[in-house]
Amino acid sequence: MTTTIHGGIGQSLARKEDARFIRGKGNYVDDIQLPGMLFLDFTRSPYAHAKITAIHPEKALKIPGVLAVITGKDLDAAKLAWMPTLMSDTQMVLPIDTVKFQGQEVVGIVADSRYSAADGAAAVEIDYEPLPVVTDPVKALLPDAPLVRPDKTKKSNHIWHWETGDKAGTDAALAKSDVVVHQDLYLPRLNVSSMETCGCVAQFDTMGRLTVWMTTQAPHAIRTVFALVAGLPEQNIRIISPDLGGGFGGKVPVYPGYVVAVVAALKTGHAVKWVEDRMDNLMSSSFARDYHISADIGATKDGKLTGLRVKTVADHGYADAAANPSKFPAGLFHIITGSYPFDKAFVEVDGVYTNKPPGGIAYRCSFRVTEAAFTIERLVDGIAHKLGMDPAEFRLKNFIPPESFPYKSALGWTYDSGNYAGALNLAMKMIDYPALRKEQVEKRKRGELMGIGISSFTEIVGAGPSAQFDILGIKMFEGCEIRIHPTGKVMARFGTKSQGQGHETTYSQILAEELGIPAENIAIEEGDTDTAPYGLGTYASRSTPTAGAAAVIAARKIREKAQKIAAHLLEVSPDDLEWKDYKFQVKGVPEKSKTMADVAFAAYTNPAPGTEAGLEAVDYYDPPNMTYPFGSYVCVVDIDKGTGQVNIRRFVAVDDCGTIINPMIVEGQIHGGLNMGLAPALYEQITYDENGNMRGNSFLDYLVPTAVESPHWETGKTTTPSPHHPIGAKGVGESPTVGAPAAIVNAVVDALSPLGVTNIDIPIYPWKVWQILHDKGQN
Amino acid sequence: MIPPKFDYHAPGTVDEAIGLLQKNAGDAKVLAGGQSLLPLMKLRLAEPKMLIDISRIAKLSYIQEDPELLRVGAATKINDLNDSQVIRSRYPMLADAGAHIADPLVRNMGTVGGNVCHGDPGNDLPACMLAIGARYVVRGPKGDRTIAAKEFYRDTFVTALDPAEILTEVQIPKAQNGDGGAYMKMERKVGDFAIAAVAVHLRLDSKGTVTSAGIALTNVGPTVLMAGKAASSLVGHKPTDADFLAAGKLAAEAAQPASDMRGPAEFKKGIVQTLTRRALHLAWGRAGGKS
Repeated sequence: MTTTIHGGIGQSLARKEDARFIRGKGNYVDDIQLPGMLFLDFTRSPYAHAKITAIHPEKALKIPGVLAVITGKDLDAAKLAWMPTLMSDTQMVLPIDTVKFQGQEVVGIVADSRYSAADGAAAVEIDYEPLPVVTDPVKALLPDAPLVRPDKTKKSNHIWHWETGDKAGTDAALAKSDVVVHQDLYLPRLNVSSMETCGCVAQFDTMGRLTVWMTTQAPHAIRTVFALVAGLPEQNIRIISPDLGGGFGGKVPVYPGYVVAVVAALKTGHAVKWVEDRMDNLMSSSFARDYHISADIGATKDGKLTGLRVKTVADHGYADAAANPSKFPAGLFHIITGSYPFDKAFVEVDGVYTNKPPGGIAYRCSFRVTEAAFTIERLVDGIAHKLGMDPAEFRLKNFIPPESFPYKSALGWTYDSGNYAGALNLAMKMIDYPALRKEQVEKRKRGELMGIGISSFTEIVGAGPSAQFDILGIKMFEGCEIRIHPTGKVMARFGTKSQGQGHETTYSQILAEELGIPAENIAIEEGDTDTAPYGLGTYASRSTPTAGAAAVIAARKIREKAQKIAAHLLEVSPDDLEWKDYKFQVKGVPEKSKTMADVAFAAYTNPAPGTEAGLEAVDYYDPPNMTYPFGSYVCVVDIDKGTGQVNIRRFVAVDDCGTIINPMIVEGQIHGGLNMGLAPALYEQITYDENGNMRGNSFLDYLVPTAVESPHWETGKTTTPSPHHPIGAKGVGESPTVGAPAAIVNAVVDALSPLGVTNIDIPIYPWKVWQILHDKGQN
Repeated sequence: MIPPKFDYHAPGTVDEAIGLLQKNAGDAKVLAGGQSLLPLMKLRLAEPKMLIDISRIAKLSYIQEDPELLRVGAATKINDLNDSQVIRSRYPMLADAGAHIADPLVRNMGTVGGNVCHGDPGNDLPACMLAIGARYVVRGPKGDRTIAAKEFYRDTFVTALDPAEILTEVQIPKAQNGDGGAYMKMERKVGDFAIAAVAVHLRLDSKGTVTSAGIALTNVGPTVLMAGKAASSLVGHKPTDADFLAAGKLAAEAAQPASDMRGPAEFKKGIVQTLTRRALHLAWGRAGGKS
């Protein structure tokens, strides 16, 4: 019989944090109340591009309760009107003379109540001279396009060009391919729409020490950025990220509101709270996606893939404020060869300025992996269709085989492990793929529209190895500090920050397994830079691959010391002991043993000669490689010819994230991730008219799907551990968001393929389908 | 999303409310469930200086069927409409529509009267009221008067209600054997206003011939619209699917949609056609019609 420990790895332990969340006892930024606290709101620009000719704050200042206004000129005096972005670009905190997008913060209003601040924001009068606007990045590259950033030396809207791969080799491979499919794809701008918007409370204490409670996924990185930008001594800055209501990448950047709140706190001597409302968030918080992709894929006539060439225009708005590792301006987009062994591939991306909010961020994905997975999975379907091959058969024929791992891709990534056919075969079995194809044949005879779509994606998460991965020079390691108290209870702190992922539970389980202490006796703390070890934060599915590994290694450091103490207690040599069944046992004499609790007590009351008192360890984990979770999804849709409505009848998701720590949490992550994959496929997008007006800046028009829109998700799993992670875990939070869109779109295109349809732009609204059916005389 | 300052009154009677409306002409708005008015105020698109809350006037909330009429008090919550056994069993069109108004939170606060007299072409109940031939009882300084629903809607947010009048009751002809209605709505996601929606009401004689019909359309014009030709095309017939299809085409012709974020105008006309045909089938079945 295998011994288990309460809350060890593989158990569906109920989430520790839920006791407070489901009772409404979470502590979010907007729950912070401090004596004398003031409130900040903004007057925002109605124009997408305009010169500010005058600001008249007089009426606002006459409103009872309004105490101060802050303008770009005020900030400029302190050299804070501009701030650097994570991509070494610059963005405005507040504009001095020009606004660059509709909804941009122009004047900050500080008042003694949230109501007075809003009244003040409405009362500030600003004179503008509208300037020409460009919102389309392709038009922005034309020679006569309005210049978005005349402050830059380069007098063009082109920000950067980035490329990787073998251009000539890829061109040659495609030229001699029997079949080439070209496809243009656009991934529209998205907003992550966390339940909690962004905000902060900034306070200087009497000693001049700054504390900021902030909705941030990366508190330590923010502290260092504040130190570097504002010149404050880093020991005098404390960033606290309390409970967060979702992040999805949207809480990685530094927003103007944070900086202005700090300035307002300095200026007034009071704590200042700023919390966005939903429209503020939709209009100005960082966007995701907005990639215009043009791709070619080649194959031989018997269906072997030959080459992949991808050209992309990346719309960054008026500043490249992307949240990527610094060396990767297009993120990890070059994972685009996906699950397939291309000999030749080439990718190029051009970043462009437009009169739109700056960004972009991930939307629950690891730095542009969704853009990559969507592209390759759409193209693979396209070429299978052109060859007249079944898309499942085509994938099975081309997958990187399990024995090829570690596998080096044409664009330079070394995949750690995978069994792509295993996942697809399981998904096909779960959904009974052959029966569906048979049903489809029957339905097509009757003129009914049914489609089956597959997506066999590869993720790349756990950023990342220090040789390649840094943010503004700070390497992307992750820290864990463990203290075992005399009574055998544990406090462990991390540099990551949960936003709903359940870290308090997952990390407890890793430590329970490694320390032999029940999960209920382990407390996890994150988010306070005064107490937690340094780390780069939680995004890009990196917490388990990096901090999870740090936890394991720190725990093993403790075990090493504990073994010496146990030997002292048992009066044997450390070498005579083995760690078995969650305790130290004398080899061959299992009844002679000491638990970790016994050892902890001794560490403080009866330390072994020659060992330090206490039982603590810290580890900073630099991952040797990324991890590569993967999965295969199969989606079945029926289309209502009378309305164009797409009905997802079934959706089977088989994921492989390596070792699973808490199956229930993983299942929950997959459900949530699938919903955020459904969203861009059928519902969400942000668009602008040619004057730069945002079309639909509330949840009336930004269509976040709800439980009603969600199909019944059917999940399955295979387990292919990561060979380089200490417990074989890979990370899973984002896989479904990355993999799902292509499965849905492939299913819709499959349904419409008898009508000659090979692509349909996302989001697939009913009107788009209806229009196709109408044009083909189908309704 | 924070409204400017306003005064708030919660009178105990309708007459008291009318007095306040008269005294504060132009500055006051009636607040019932607040589900349309409060969002406009938070966006500062409406800035009334005074709200007169009629939701505490208990006598305005009821659903009663008498020998002639179904009477629904103006302050009746949408959820009370949806939960009413009378409505569900005898006026299913209203239950169809009520179930698709926004979301449960809104339905818990929003009122029948507010929905029918707000004048937004996206409100769901007005099309039902047109199709079924409802009348509205309104009270003003000079007393009560009734207005036919089909005379009520003048333009977007413009109705026949005078500034100092308050809607007090919706009167619907009592359901008879051979009546059947249905409301079908297509929305981008749950809780949305309609891309298009169709209310149909049929009355059949004992032989199954249509003796009267009403068809009205939601959110495809500046106001809720009657599709008169579509309705009259069915009268005197024992309709078949071909008749319903033809009526759907006539309803689509009556629609005057604009292209917007819910889709192009041509698509919306197509949806009117599809929904009309489907709603007619459903209403026909509910009326006891057999094909």
